[in-house]
Amino acid sequence: MSFPLLTAVAALPAIGAVATAAVPAARRTAAKWLALAVSLATLVLAAVVAFRFDPGGDRYQLTESHTWIADFGVRYELGVDGIGVALIALTALLIPFVVLAGWHDADPVEEEAAPGRRWRPTQGFFALILAVEAMVVISFAATDVFLFYVFFEAMLIPMYFLIGGFGDRAGARDEAEAAKQRSYAAVKFLLYNLAGGLIMLAAVIGLYAVTADQLGEGTFSLRAIVEARASGELTMAQNTERLLFLGFFLAFAVKAPLWPLHTWLPNAMGESTAPVAVLITAVVDKVGTFAMLRFCLGLFPEASAWATPVVLVLALVSIIYGALLAIGQRDIKRLIAYASISHFGFIILGIFAMTSQGQGGATLYMVNHGISTAALMLVAGFLISRRGSRLIADYGGVQKVAPVLAGTFLIGGLATLSLPGLAPFVSEFLVLVGTFTRYPAAGIVATFGIVLAALYVLVLYQRTMTGPVRPEVERMPDLRKRELAVVAPLIALLVLLGVFPKPLTDIVNPAVEHTLSDVQKTDPDPEVEAAK
Amino acid sequence: METLIGLLVAAPLLGAAVLLCGGRRLDRTGHWIGTALAAASFLLGAVLFADMLGREAEDRTLSQHVFSWIPVGGFQADVAFRLDQLSMTFVLLITGVGTLIHVYSIGYMEHDERRRRFFGYLNLFLAAMLLLVLADNYLLLYAGWEGVGLASYLLIGFWQHKPSAATAAKKAFIVNRVGDIGLSIAIMIMFTTFGTFAFSPVLESVGGTSEGTATAIGLMLLLAACGKSAQVPLQSWLGDAMEGPTPVSALIHAATMVTAGVYLIVRSGAIFDAAPAAQTAVVTVGAVTLLFGAIVGCAKDDIKKALAGSTMSQIGYMVLAAGLGPIGYAFAIMHLVTHGFFKAGLFLGAGSVMHGMNDEVDMRRYGGLRKYMPITFATFGLGYLAIIGFPGLSGFFSKDKIIEAAFAKGGTEGWILGGAALLGAAITAFYMTRVMLMTFFGEERWRNAPTPSPKEPSVEPAAETGGEYEVPHPHESPKSMTVPMIVLAFGSVFAGGLFSWGEAFVHWLEPVVPFEHGHPPVSALTVTAATVVALLIGVGAAWLQYGRKPVPALAPRGSLLTRAARRDLLQDDFNHVVLVKPGEYLTRGLVYLDHKVVDGAVNGTAAAVGGLSGRSRRIQNGYARSYAVSMLGGAAVLVAATLLMRAV
Repeated sequence: MSFPLLTAVAALPAIGAVATAAVPAARRTAAKWLALAVSLATLVLAAVVAFRFDPGGDRYQLTESHTWIADFGVRYELGVDGIGVALIALTALLIPFVVLAGWHDADPVEEEAAPGRRWRPTQGFFALILAVEAMVVISFAATDVFLFYVFFEAMLIPMYFLIGGFGDRAGARDEAEAAKQRSYAAVKFLLYNLAGGLIMLAAVIGLYAVTADQLGEGTFSLRAIVEARASGELTMAQNTERLLFLGFFLAFAVKAPLWPLHTWLPNAMGESTAPVAVLITAVVDKVGTFAMLRFCLGLFPEASAWATPVVLVLALVSIIYGALLAIGQRDIKRLIAYASISHFGFIILGIFAMTSQGQGGATLYMVNHGISTAALMLVAGFLISRRGSRLIADYGGVQKVAPVLAGTFLIGGLATLSLPGLAPFVSEFLVLVGTFTRYPAAGIVATFGIVLAALYVLVLYQRTMTGPVRPEVERMPDLRKRELAVVAPLIALLVLLGVFPKPLTDIVNPAVEHTLSDVQKTDPDPEVEAAK
Repeated sequence: METLIGLLVAAPLLGAAVLLCGGRRLDRTGHWIGTALAAASFLLGAVLFADMLGREAEDRTLSQHVFSWIPVGGFQADVAFRLDQLSMTFVLLITGVGTLIHVYSIGYMEHDERRRRFFGYLNLFLAAMLLLVLADNYLLLYAGWEGVGLASYLLIGFWQHKPSAATAAKKAFIVNRVGDIGLSIAIMIMFTTFGTFAFSPVLESVGGTSEGTATAIGLMLLLAACGKSAQVPLQSWLGDAMEGPTPVSALIHAATMVTAGVYLIVRSGAIFDAAPAAQTAVVTVGAVTLLFGAIVGCAKDDIKKALAGSTMSQIGYMVLAAGLGPIGYAFAIMHLVTHGFFKAGLFLGAGSVMHGMNDEVDMRRYGGLRKYMPITFATFGLGYLAIIGFPGLSGFFSKDKIIEAAFAKGGTEGWILGGAALLGAAITAFYMTRVMLMTFFGEERWRNAPTPSPKEPSVEPAAETGGEYEVPHPHESPKSMTVPMIVLAFGSVFAGGLFSWGEAFVHWLEPVVPFEHGHPPVSALTVTAATVVALLIGVGAAWLQYGRKPVPALAPRGSLLTRAARRDLLQDDFNHVVLVKPGEYLTRGLVYLDHKVVDGAVNGTAAAVGGLSGRSRRIQNGYARSYAVSMLGGAAVLVAATLLMRAV
């Protein structure tokens, strides 16, 4: 048996989480370095996964399969296609930056740090981040529906504590009020996702019942079910398939999040620290859109086609609504959260356009949105930590005193508005083109999003960075070395993937072709055979 | 030779990267690096030009495939260049004028502490603009298109501490993005229709599709052109863009970037030829804008804004010509090039005047400056004669051909378009004479303290001098500034004649830009005579008002039209009422809705579930014990789920 590489990518941060949590209270700094080392080692392992993966090879590679709960046919089954590889790579890539950016976010305030206290927030913070990483990796690699479900739900627990337990330093705000807001956001996050998860659980059980009924013995194996459906061994009644689809889709639409199930996101991203906000939107939420692509389309192709019109409309609403709400925000982090809602609309639009450009673009979008939002949000976090306020109106003229901070913030913003030359342009344009070829009206409506994106990004930049220097920001220091070490590589990646995305598209394209054949769709042919 | 094409773009791109990432240590040398790389790009362009001339007219197109950019299914976007006579013309204009303006900026920006960054942005602009004209497909063109938009944003807002500059920059970018919707959709239609968006296959197979599709693509491209080239109805950003440093106005907002829309239309000529309705839209936009810009130009007291109105108007001429089809394409490009010389020269002259006048832009505060800055006066004067179309100078040849072609369109349409173009020529002569007289002739109004006016805050005494008026000491600018002006003046004088010598320019472009002789309903000589008469009327009217009578220190109230023209014919008021205000209400309404309705429903549910938010407050009290308890609670959820499984 070959080395269980995928398990290792998940196990390493899991073990790291336990080890980090166990570091004695007095050795806070050691815990940080440990967490950083573990996340970097995980990145190396993820890179090995990416290099071992052969885009021209089997659909699922690096597979592992073991019996878990034999009674119910639950297996510990892992395997990745190109989409999974891209997202595991994204996760492993972002975590070190999250750790580094959150270096001081969980330092205990003085009375907590007093000798004799055994409270270890720092250790907890970094351990929880690593725990989330482990669970997300398993979710991206699981090809057993139940296994996926368990980790899809389990990651709520560490996320709940990360959101509710750690916030920005209150600064001018009332500490008690801030704690209340934080707690509200955490509970809201939990309730929403738990509700979605419970509906999914019912659908998971239903799926088991269907397979048990038709195949003789029940199974949760994605690959087995897809094969059985393709060969005609397994057929689902129309209504059953649609109900099961809805059960899965709802859970993923909460996580993604899709309008009108989005309202937990601005609270969660607003109240948590910037690195945790990145963890939410750039990493955890991607499990939702990824699962739509892998599970909804793979398991329920006909129901997916049935739901497409409604999903497309909801995606369009998300794009426009999210962007308009972003324009109306007064809080920097909430603005970025609403921008993300708009971007998730693009991702879902691309998935359900059912073209190779749409789905390939959606996959690239997941990766690129992760990197660009990380860049923008982390710089915003650095800014907020300097002034102790999230309100846009409390800033002005920052570029004069901190030009590097302002410059990197602008680049993050330009990536968010999908400027050509930066990675998000590639994915956004692919989604638009892929949608247009099949649904021209939807493609045109979505295109209006590019103007709104320019508005919310540039208005944010103008109000915070330009104009006369406000007295409160006069002494603001520019980016420190640690902060620059976070931002510079992210920007370099944005440029690299914007100019030369081919390595990524090479990995993703075959996987998208497989997904399209699951739903039995082919790209529309051009109207005219163009001269060459 | 092909490999040199990539270097053409790479040189200024390298400059931008080095200057913007290089940090303070390059402050002393940055402007030299930037200028050297711009010049290198020009030299490469010259080498390629010489090489091109050495080959047969039919065999002059070079192409270079650099790498595959975005390959997904049938969607194949490449980074590939195409250098033909049309792009060569632009390469020489962009790098030539660009280099001159780099040189000029060395002097102009000497005292700016962020000069290195300024040169970095200028280099970035050159790279993006070259990408735009060298791309061999519409998607790569789009990358350059947005790239120049970014450079324009950064340079308009270069003095970011001024709120007006920051606002103007944002406005320019956003209005341009509206145009970009057009370019995006055009590319999508192309891909859906032809399965590609590379120039040659698309343009060669336009015949295979319906007129409706061609019209749709044409109209979308026109929308894009309107944004980038400040044509009605997306013209509102150009006047505000004058907040940028003057060399920027000369290079980006006069000579090169704003003409990109004309390039797009001419490049896509085959599409427009197949879509008469789209062509009608193009000529209408051109004719309306050439009058719109000219009228605005008459009413502005700010020298740069008067010139900006003029730019809009002149590009209107080019768009008009481009909409006329093969009888106009070549003249659109010819006017674009001659305009590049004289308008860049005029802006640099305006910058030179401002340089000598403590950055004053109000022409009512100028007067009689010809004695103090003779070189500026002479070069500006030659630019002035060129733009009004004084016989023998550049503008005369190129504008006259456009007016002829407009008449040659035929029918009532031809008379309307030709008439509009003639009327535009008269107004051009009027406002440019006005600028000339107010700036260089007449009383030296700057000797007196400005008259305070409650309505015109710009003429109130400067705050920094504490109310004391300091009389400026107008002086000639340094050599680094005057030499580029002199070079451009040469172009303003001779380029038109040179291009028209045996129709040299038309023949040069012909292999890639189709050309037909237009036949105006009256003889060409009559048209020329009418143009000259229009010119004389315009100059005479301006002289009566601004030459014979003293210029009042305060702008008179003026007629309704004058007042509207001062406000850019109410474009901002219109946008404000129709777009901005409703948009604000919509956004505010949605924010309220999201909070109260969507969220309110959730709050209610959450409270109903058992006052969870109240209970969970205890979780936050910082005791590890309660964390442990809730961790347990979370785990219980999982266990419950598994048990549920067993129960099934």
